[in-house]
Amino acid sequence: MSTLDVDYMLGLVPVLLGYLPLTLQLASIGMLLALILACLFAVVRVLKIPVLNQFTIVFISFFRGTPLLVQLFLFYYGLPQLFSALTVIDGITATIMGLTMHFAAYMAESIRAAIVGVDRSQTEAALSIGMTNGQLMRRIILPQATRVALPTLMNYFIDMIKATSLAFTLGVTELMGATQKEASGSFLYFEAFIVAAVMYWIVVEILSWLQGNLETRLNKAYSR
Amino acid sequence: MIKLTGLRKQYGETVVLDGIDLTVEKGEIVVIIGPSGTGKSTLLRCVNFLEQPTAGELTVGDLTVDVERASKQDVLQLRRHTAFVFQNYALFANKTALENIAERLIVVDRWPKAKAHARAREILERIGLADKADAYPASLSGGQQQRVGIGRAMATGAEVILFDEPTSSLDPEWVDEVLGLMKQLAAEHQTMILVTHEMAFARDVADRVVFIEGGRIVEQGPPSDIFYHPQDPRTRDFLQKILATHQV
Repeated sequence: MSTLDVDYMLGLVPVLLGYLPLTLQLASIGMLLALILACLFAVVRVLKIPVLNQFTIVFISFFRGTPLLVQLFLFYYGLPQLFSALTVIDGITATIMGLTMHFAAYMAESIRAAIVGVDRSQTEAALSIGMTNGQLMRRIILPQATRVALPTLMNYFIDMIKATSLAFTLGVTELMGATQKEASGSFLYFEAFIVAAVMYWIVVEILSWLQGNLETRLNKAYSR
Repeated sequence: MIKLTGLRKQYGETVVLDGIDLTVEKGEIVVIIGPSGTGKSTLLRCVNFLEQPTAGELTVGDLTVDVERASKQDVLQLRRHTAFVFQNYALFANKTALENIAERLIVVDRWPKAKAHARAREILERIGLADKADAYPASLSGGQQQRVGIGRAMATGAEVILFDEPTSSLDPEWVDEVLGLMKQLAAEHQTMILVTHEMAFARDVADRVVFIEGGRIVEQGPPSDIFYHPQDPRTRDFLQKILATHQV
């Protein structure tokens, strides 16, 4: 067994750190879009809006029922073949599209469950003071549902950060892609990938800490 | 003025309200009594469309609605002209006492936040909870929650406040403070329609008592008539039963 090349690892840290912003960018844009889409889906499902409801059910079923990697390849290689206008889709765009739709499908279900879980009396009280359905959703239901859904949503966010590593299969040089390049140049695979792994790990740990703080804040209203 | 004309409510084949005619004058306090399951709460909930009535006509102030042709706008307007106090308080769990009261003013009446909060503070003062402005419902006692519930109804400035068994979920120790607040409102000539089992309150505070059974008004009149000289045997029967278990 050969020893670890610690100097190589230390030298690699600043190099790989340069690619971390792209990874975080993919995840945060993906998460933001996925959240918006998931909220729309959830509201459509809760209110059972005709046509849209059926569409949403099929959409969620497809994006939960197929692997993310298959979806990414469909967006990147598949769509341009069908529609020539879509040849402009680059790896980054395709990754964001894939992450958004894949995770929106999962998150829609947990948001829907959280909305349905808000006590019926909250709805009646809001209607009794003359709120419209939109006001009821925005001011009463969604804030209360957020608290319930937050732990699950943060879990998906963490999952999404790690899922951005699949972007390297579409030729995107984010953290995973950069590590792969460095490793195949130096043949020091273990050193390179352990540095990348620790970077993902630290990012996730920071997020978990943020999640704890956020939960404490949202739970303030519910503690005696 | 509140006027119900031929109000009906059916769930499938089951008739809950079988043509209710009731007029409540401005400043009047009307208590609805009757056996459980006779549609008292449903009647209140139909007045602001928390339940969709099946047929009939509703008038609140200058707004008259044929319930079968009520548009979304009509329903919204009816709800904005009425206020509701719930048996289980139903305070917004994500909002403080102050915010619960100010919510309607900010969202529906579009008051600036500062003005709405100032008004909410006045109301907190009147309901004796000025020191609980920033407390969330979960940290308030049942009695305090229901007083905030009444405060929220007061803030609407509605023509009528509908009380649906406001003390039924309360521990006995909190009942008096809530009844006290309701008496205070009554003394200020707030129009009120109440469903309650508090017979002493009905006798002392109501202008009129309405006895309902089987989805119909059996008998109504001043409390002294209903409680001491009921005409209908069903009213007598009901009062005997309830007075045996409740102190008046």
